[in-house]
Parts: sequence; structure tokens; C-alpha cells
Amino acid sequence: MSRLTPQNEAIALEIISRYPRKKSALIPLLHLAQEQDGYVSDDAMRHLAELVEVTPAEVIGTCSFYEMFKREPVGTYLVNICTNIACQLLGAEELLHHAEHALGIKAGNTTSDGLFTIEDVECIAACTEAPCLTVNYRYFYKVDGGDFDAIVEDLRSGRQPTRKAAETGPDGHIPPHGTLALQRQHIPADRVAGNADPDSAPAPAWLEQP
Amino acid sequence: MTAPIVQLVSSRFQYPDSFTLARSEATGGYQGLRKALTMTPTAVHDEVKAATLLGRGGAGFPAGVKWGFTPPGVWPRYLVVNGDESEPGTYKDRLLMERDPHQLIEGCLIACYAAGLSQCFLYIRGEMALAQTRVAVALNDAYAAGYVGRNVLGSNFSVDIVLHWGAGAYIVGEETALIESLEGNRGMPRLKPPFFPAAIGLYGKPTIVNNVETLSNLGGIIVRGSEEYKQYGSETSPGTRMFAVSGHVRRPGVYEVQHGVTTFRELLYDDQFCGGIRDGNQLKAFIPGGGSSPWFFEEQLDLPLEARPVGGAGSMLGSGAIVVMDDTTDAVKACLRVVRFYARESCGKCTPCREGTSWLETILQRIFDGHGRPSDIDMLLDVGDNISPGPYPAASWEAEGLAAVPFPPKQTTICPLGPSAVAPVVSAIRRFRPEFEAKIRRRAIGIPVRVEESTHV
Repeated sequence: MSRLTPQNEAIALEIISRYPRKKSALIPLLHLAQEQDGYVSDDAMRHLAELVEVTPAEVIGTCSFYEMFKREPVGTYLVNICTNIACQLLGAEELLHHAEHALGIKAGNTTSDGLFTIEDVECIAACTEAPCLTVNYRYFYKVDGGDFDAIVEDLRSGRQPTRKAAETGPDGHIPPHGTLALQRQHIPADRVAGNADPDSAPAPAWLEQP
Repeated sequence: MTAPIVQLVSSRFQYPDSFTLARSEATGGYQGLRKALTMTPTAVHDEVKAATLLGRGGAGFPAGVKWGFTPPGVWPRYLVVNGDESEPGTYKDRLLMERDPHQLIEGCLIACYAAGLSQCFLYIRGEMALAQTRVAVALNDAYAAGYVGRNVLGSNFSVDIVLHWGAGAYIVGEETALIESLEGNRGMPRLKPPFFPAAIGLYGKPTIVNNVETLSNLGGIIVRGSEEYKQYGSETSPGTRMFAVSGHVRRPGVYEVQHGVTTFRELLYDDQFCGGIRDGNQLKAFIPGGGSSPWFFEEQLDLPLEARPVGGAGSMLGSGAIVVMDDTTDAVKACLRVVRFYARESCGKCTPCREGTSWLETILQRIFDGHGRPSDIDMLLDVGDNISPGPYPAASWEAEGLAAVPFPPKQTTICPLGPSAVAPVVSAIRRFRPEFEAKIRRRAIGIPVRVEESTHV
């Protein structure tokens, strides 16, 4: 696929400006690339290497460590089913098997229409609402097989899931894979305190006692 | 008598708009910051020290003391907020970020002011899209209102809070791995010493790493004062703590309870909390402090929710994550699932963990599948001993005359991830060995298939 678009490159430069060292921006920038293309392409990684001034090998080194970064396309909807202990105790493995049968794929794979990818994931911090899953990182709580079928049916028909996710897009729909926060941080120029340069930042002004 | 419910950090959860600046300001938001700015940084630091605010991330170290570990005269110092909540069973930091981001931001500001921290990085777990949105909006509003950035509320205190987000790696919750990740690297822990973050942290500079819940307490502590704060909870563990209770209880939920005085029994059985075990079943075991903690049983129910007695009894309070298993639970299966987590999440830096966790999983899987060998139980314990040598922390079992082995475990690894994988293994084998033996005895029949008959490619 592609390098970052000019618009996304501008966002990337703003993100980079918030760190004393450019490479610190790498994970947020990899997310930006994934938001643009649905996955992290080789070209995007080369572009990020230029932007943060490291080698492409360092970019893929970081990228490959983290589970959320997909270096090949996944489904429009990434369905992450938690099977860790709290969810397992309340039927998560049965839910995962149901999902695999319903979609006709094993966990880790994508349906042939490119719509759904299922993953068997670790604890997603919704343990009291077990068993739980996320669709493109939007939570669904206390899900059983019937709920799963309804969610899939709704998404297939282009509808908002009846069992509403915790956070949907402005149009009421779950945003495509790659989009995380729906709003970005923006520090206005007249309010920015400035980066603390590790090599030259002075003692904080407010610590100097009169 | 159960201690009365006090809501210190979850007080705004009752409002549907709890995450907005308007609601925060209407309910005392940023009053702690305003008060702090009228005090000297040292006085603020002393107040937090006097409150004995114990870290809520897992280790339970007093935050005020931690701040004092930065070497004098070395600048800049950074604050890194650990919002990478991923310990199995843990569910409270996500709520605090989603529902009350301004309370967290206020805490970050107070910490930076008191400890002389020049820049703050707020690291939110990658999977938590809503928390990222809510904190981003809250930061934008707080900047616009003059709470964050240059000359906070017209003072000479200036600090930026930078929203940062991860990408899925449990190990990044370990503070040195968190710093590596924040530097744009693979999240692998650093060797301590020399890389104690307070001395050599982000970009090699002094860095304080604090948990979301810890920081969320600061505004309230400054507003109330440490004396009032210490009226709640116990003398050694003041205030409240958020506990997520999941698994086989009637009412799973996240409960804020007084720290150190409420007991496990009250939290699990009291009607104002979880209301007992589901379906009238019996308790089999419970994980008291997240997947990494050795299991507790019926005998430990009357322990208070306080780090020291829980540690002495052979486990840890950890990250406030209690997972309850009733008597329908397959101990081998539960043990396998927790171990599998550590095998998947091992970063691969230390050999005992990288190899050991995978072997623990492999052996447990074959026992569970009915292909276990008689020597497998001893082999599991031996692999565990290579990661965590010596007697492993465990709860007492009076009926069998077994005394408690106090926390923490020893480790042959850089960080505690490897030793954590041993916790369910030792806990389950010590208490439920007959279940393992029964699975090994009842071996599944292997059906031989000749290669030429196979139709699979």
C-alpha cells in the first residue's frame, strides 16, 4: 500500500513534536498508518522511518513486537474474543468455538468476504462483564452465542449492532479496523509548555524557592 | 462488621457525564490542584508522604516515598503514567480513565508540581479506544481552561501532559518495559540495577512511573488533607482501593472499598458487594491479586484486603483483581489458561521465562488433553523451580499441615513475568494434586493413522 497521505503526515509531525525524542512517536505513528490503510504496510513503515529518523529495520522491530499491529490486511471487523481466566470461567471458550463455527474460520483467520477476523485474545479489562469481546476495540459485554450471531448479522447488513458497543463512531457505526480514539489530542500553540529536553532542560522554575 | 462504603476515586461514576470538564468542576474537580498551587512543592510532597498513598499498580510501594528517590540536581525528571492495565482479572484503571479523566489529569499535575517533574506522558493501553478518546478530549478541555500547559492557572508551574498509547503487550505494564515502549522500542524490561526508573528512566533521566488509580487519589488527598484521608482504611494502608471481582460470584463488579479493613469474605459474600458464590455453589479457590498471584482458598477469606497480611499468607494484593472459582471449576484447565497467558506474553528476553513458560504450557496442555505422563507433575514443579528457585509462595493448608510460604518469589529473570507463571502451577498442584493425577491416569486413547491414508495436505 502506501506512504502516509499529506494530511496524515501533518498529523504525524504534530505527534512527533510532542516528544523530546522523535522515535518515541513511533507507536502512535504505526497506529496512524494502520488507521489509514487498515494494516501497517511496508511503504508506510519506510515513511515512518524517515519521519522519526531511524532505519526501516528499527520500525519493523518495534512494529512486530506489538499484537495490535497487523502487517497484512485483516477483516473490516476485528473480533477479539477474550478467553483469559475470568472470561473462561463464564464460557468464553464455548463462545469462541461458537464464533468459529458461525463464521466458518479458526481464530486468527479472516472470512473469505474480508469482513470478519476472529482472534483469541488475552484479558481486555472487562472481567466483571465476562464473557466479553471487542469489535475493532469497541466493547461488548456478557456475550453469548445468540448475541454474537446478532452482532455479526447487524454488521453484515451494515447496521449498528443492536447490542450497542461502548463507543461507536459519529454515525453510530463501529469505525473500520485501525481507528482507535475518535478524537486526537491537540495542544494549542499558546498553551504549550514545551518538551523537556533530556540533555538541556533546566530545573523546573516552580521549584526555585524565593 | 463491614466498613462503610466510601467513594473517594469513583465518586463521579454515578453521573452519566462524569467524564466532562463541566461535571468535574461542578463536583470539586481541580480544587486539589488549586490548593496545591498555594502550597510549596515540598509541602505537597510531604502531604502525600503523610497520607501513605500506596501504589495501586501491583507492587504497593508508597508513592510519596517513590517520588523522593530521584537524585537531587539531575534534570529533567519525567512522569510516566502507567495506564497499560492488562493483568488478568484487573479492571479499574480503564474505568477511571473512561469515567473520570479529569481526576487523573489533576493527579498528574499535582505529582509533577510536588516532585518537580517537567513533562508527563500518559500511557494508555492500546486496546482501550474509549479511554484514549475520553482522555484526549479531557486534555484538550483542560489545556483550554488553563489547567495544563504553560503557566498553569497563572502560576509559574508549567507542564505538558502528552497522551501516548500502546499497541498490545502485557509486559509493557512493567515499568522499565513501559519506558522502553515509550522510547519507541520493543517493550522489553531493563535490568535493575542500574535502570531503576527514579534514577535512570526515560531517556536515561529520573522518571517516576505511577499507576492511574494512584494518581487519581492525589486531588482528594490534597483537598481533604492527609489526616482526613487516613481516617479511611487501615493505619498502614489508608484510603480506599478499587477491586474488580470476577468469576463465579452472584454479582461480579468493580467495588471501591476501604483499604486494609474490608476482608475477602466481606467483599465476596456481603450482599452490598458480590453477594456470595453463584447458584449456591461452594468456593473452590480464588485469585486474590491478578493472574500473577498465588491462589487463596476458604481458609484465607478472613484476611483483610491489605498488602502485608496477604503477602505473609503467601500471595499478593497485586492490582486489585479477584477471580473467584466455584467447585465446578476444573483446576487443571484454569491453571493451564493462566499459564498460557504468560507463555504468550513472555517478551523473550530471559531464557528461563521464554523457554520455561512455554514448557509449562506444553506439559499442562498434554495433561489436560489426556496425554500426561506420570512424571509430568514433578516436571512442572522443576520447570517452575528454574524460573523461581526455592520454596514458591503459597497459602497455608491447615488440614494437610502445610504452612504458608510468604511472598515474593525468587527469580532468575529480569522481571516478575516468568515467576508469575509459576503461581498457578504451584497453587493448583499443591492443593488439587489428585485432579492432575486423575487426568494423567485416565489417558486418552491415541488413534494411529497411517500417513498414506491421510487426505490432508
